[in-house]
Amino acid sequence: MTQSMFLAQRRLCSVGGSRTKYLKTIYSSKISRFSTSPKMSLKFKNAKRIEGLDSNVWIEFTKLAADPSVVNLGQGLPDISPPLYVKEELSKIAAIDSLNQYTRGFGHPSLVKALSCLYGKLYQKQIDPNKEILVTVGAYGSLFNAIQGLIDEGDEVIIIVPFYDCYEPMVRMAGGTPVFISLRSKPVDGKKWSSSDWTLDPEELASKFNSKTKAIILNTPHNPMGKVYTKEELQVIADLCIKYDTLCISDEVYEWLVYTGNKHLKIATFPGMWERTITIGSAGKTFSVTGWKLGWTVGPNHLIKHLQTVQQNSIYTCATPLQEALAQAFWIDIKRMDDPECYFNSLPKELEVKRDRMVHLLDSVGLKPIIPDGGYFIIADVSLLDADLSDMKHNNEPYDYKFVKWMTKNKKLSAIPVSAFCNTETKLQFEKFVRFCFIKKDSTLDAAEEIIKAWNRQKS
Amino acid sequence: MRKRLQARRLDRIDHNPWVVFTKLASECDAVNLGQGFPDFPPPDFAVEAFQQAISGDFMLNQYTRAFGYPPLTKILASFFGKLLGQEIDPFENVLVTVGAYGALFTAFQALVDEGDEVIIIEPSFDCYEPMTLMAGGRPVFVSLKLTPTKDRELDSSSDWQLDPTELASKFTSRTKALILNTPNNPLGKVFSKAELELVASLCQQHDVVCISDEVYQWLVYDGCQHISIASLPGMWERTLTIGSAGKTFSVTGWKVGWVLGPNSLMKHLRTVHQNSIFHCPTQSQAAVAQSFQREQLHFGQPSSYFVQFPQAVQRKRDHMIRSLQSVGLRPVISQERRMPDLPGAVDEPYDSRFVKWMIKNKGLVAIPVSVFYSQSHQKHFDHYIRFCFVKDESTLQAMDKKLQEWKDELGA
Repeated sequence: MTQSMFLAQRRLCSVGGSRTKYLKTIYSSKISRFSTSPKMSLKFKNAKRIEGLDSNVWIEFTKLAADPSVVNLGQGLPDISPPLYVKEELSKIAAIDSLNQYTRGFGHPSLVKALSCLYGKLYQKQIDPNKEILVTVGAYGSLFNAIQGLIDEGDEVIIIVPFYDCYEPMVRMAGGTPVFISLRSKPVDGKKWSSSDWTLDPEELASKFNSKTKAIILNTPHNPMGKVYTKEELQVIADLCIKYDTLCISDEVYEWLVYTGNKHLKIATFPGMWERTITIGSAGKTFSVTGWKLGWTVGPNHLIKHLQTVQQNSIYTCATPLQEALAQAFWIDIKRMDDPECYFNSLPKELEVKRDRMVHLLDSVGLKPIIPDGGYFIIADVSLLDADLSDMKHNNEPYDYKFVKWMTKNKKLSAIPVSAFCNTETKLQFEKFVRFCFIKKDSTLDAAEEIIKAWNRQKS
Repeated sequence: MRKRLQARRLDRIDHNPWVVFTKLASECDAVNLGQGFPDFPPPDFAVEAFQQAISGDFMLNQYTRAFGYPPLTKILASFFGKLLGQEIDPFENVLVTVGAYGALFTAFQALVDEGDEVIIIEPSFDCYEPMTLMAGGRPVFVSLKLTPTKDRELDSSSDWQLDPTELASKFTSRTKALILNTPNNPLGKVFSKAELELVASLCQQHDVVCISDEVYQWLVYDGCQHISIASLPGMWERTLTIGSAGKTFSVTGWKVGWVLGPNSLMKHLRTVHQNSIFHCPTQSQAAVAQSFQREQLHFGQPSSYFVQFPQAVQRKRDHMIRSLQSVGLRPVISQERRMPDLPGAVDEPYDSRFVKWMIKNKGLVAIPVSVFYSQSHQKHFDHYIRFCFVKDESTLQAMDKKLQEWKDELGA
């Protein structure tokens, strides 16, 4: 999950006083000189496209977790170091003068070449580096370009709940209408609860498609659930996309983070899907460098060209040195994709151990975790704990918001409420769930373990 | 696929002139004075700052605060607070963006609505029009016009002026914003205090937001002074001031820009920002912060990059003026850097055809100034071409060689 690392510091004095005075002066001068009504406040109003999109869940929760005594498993960023060779490449690049100036707008040549090579292998097809790839400001930027480029006023976009929180506001900002469908769990008596137990009902999904459906946004591996969609599940989605001539925006930022027994599949490789799918990836998630803010989109030129149009009218080009360093890092790992040392293989191995540790810890204290098949988050049902949240204010907030605040304050452990990943109508469906991030160094997980053990002792 | 794929907001904005000219430049072995970026290194302290950012705390490889890395927003607030004579809060009045380009985009998206009018002063940086269109706005153009030169041999960019009556006539009840660019690309004009006061009074009278693109603020010559319109009385409250690390420290590839403005406007830019790219890269922000900290210490002194750089570039400007004159081209002296223009030499505007010919036949790349005009005005300004002079000595010498060859051919 995207997160701010630093919190808002103490505010400096605002200029409120003098501003009020100014407003009064202008207003009265308008009255004396013109007979029109006060339009002034209207002019400073936001454009309609961002109406209602100003709130953001992260601001509240980053502040809460910023207390250094809190063990922070909320933020979706690694507190582990990126691999050494990635840092080394960036260091080498910083010394090369020409890389301090603009590069190609749609992606630095050596980077798009590396991406074309890597994804050519994964897609088993030739991918044109200039026409079928676009480098963006993080996967976030790819999502923005795709939605701005392809979604129009009145278009419907299917979003699967829970969802990465930006999908809904981005669709609304483009004038689109989000249509929601929730993942639902099968009963799991006895066995361990897994993200694969959460599925879409095919009939319900089909009922969401109609002639106005422009796109469906797919996220696999899924944030926050950790679900890795199976071949059959993807086939259902693909069939509907083809039937209704719908686009698929596939957010695959966690594509390398799949655990034993699971395989990441690209819906764009399914028959009939390449021509209608936009696939998004992330350097931040691939190489544990979220602060580099580089992402990319792979797709057919007749779709990519529209994302490129958005790019050339929004940010124009991404940072050069970071793109070059990323290209070099890619070449290192592309050459050893079957090697356990390759980061695409070693990171999921490392994370699987952490995942299992988290599952065990959460289980031990009565939080019912859903074992993720992929990604670096784990969600747990906290209702069985029946925590006493009566001293928490804001009684009309969803249960999980209150729980997280209570847990942060009383247990010094932070997480993110899963209802933050739901639209207004579906918040109640997921309000018993809380999300923990486990791409954390051992000492962070040790500290979490201490807290959880103490919590457990308190209960018994 | 049966459906129309692209959103309507992309209509009329898919063409980009730079793609054509950069491609042509790379295909021919030409001296590239076209696209605007330095071909010499950034100052050592900036390079060091970047080195330190990437070899320091490994957590700088992760996300920072979405609206700007705090040390950067703090130094920008303090540095520009002094320049603008304004208390600037690093969290409420500063937004860090992906280049000034990203700042412009964010501002347009935040404030321009369907049917809103945006006044654009021509010649203008080419993205203002498509950004206005993408936001559903209506661009309203007003041209700078060359007033007859007095006794001077060469035109100066200061001779290009707005007609106050004409400018005033462009404001209507639908005018949402005016975009000002000073120093101006491509002309190099540095708007005087009187000119800014004219713009300011019209903005206040009509309650219009001023988007002030000041990326070249440090590159002023001949003792001219850059003035930020936000520093004029009554303007802070309605101005968004845009700056660029790329142009400030000769690091265009870092793509770090910023917007300064009142919270009442900035909050809307933050909404766009959090719904478009959310964060900017951390390490380049850290490097820019450190570079500004260095400049703050040296401010006003001969050792300041903001003093040395314009001096060095002014010499390049003068070199280029002499070289262009020697071959019969008539430059407009820029008070700002980079843009001597060329009158002279007849669908596709004349200057565009001229540039293509020049790239292929004379081995020199420039940019036709009609690129910086709206379609309806292009025919009036189609005999100027723009050269970029923020180039290494060796590049300028290579240019001299080409110009000399050209001259010899003409003489024959």
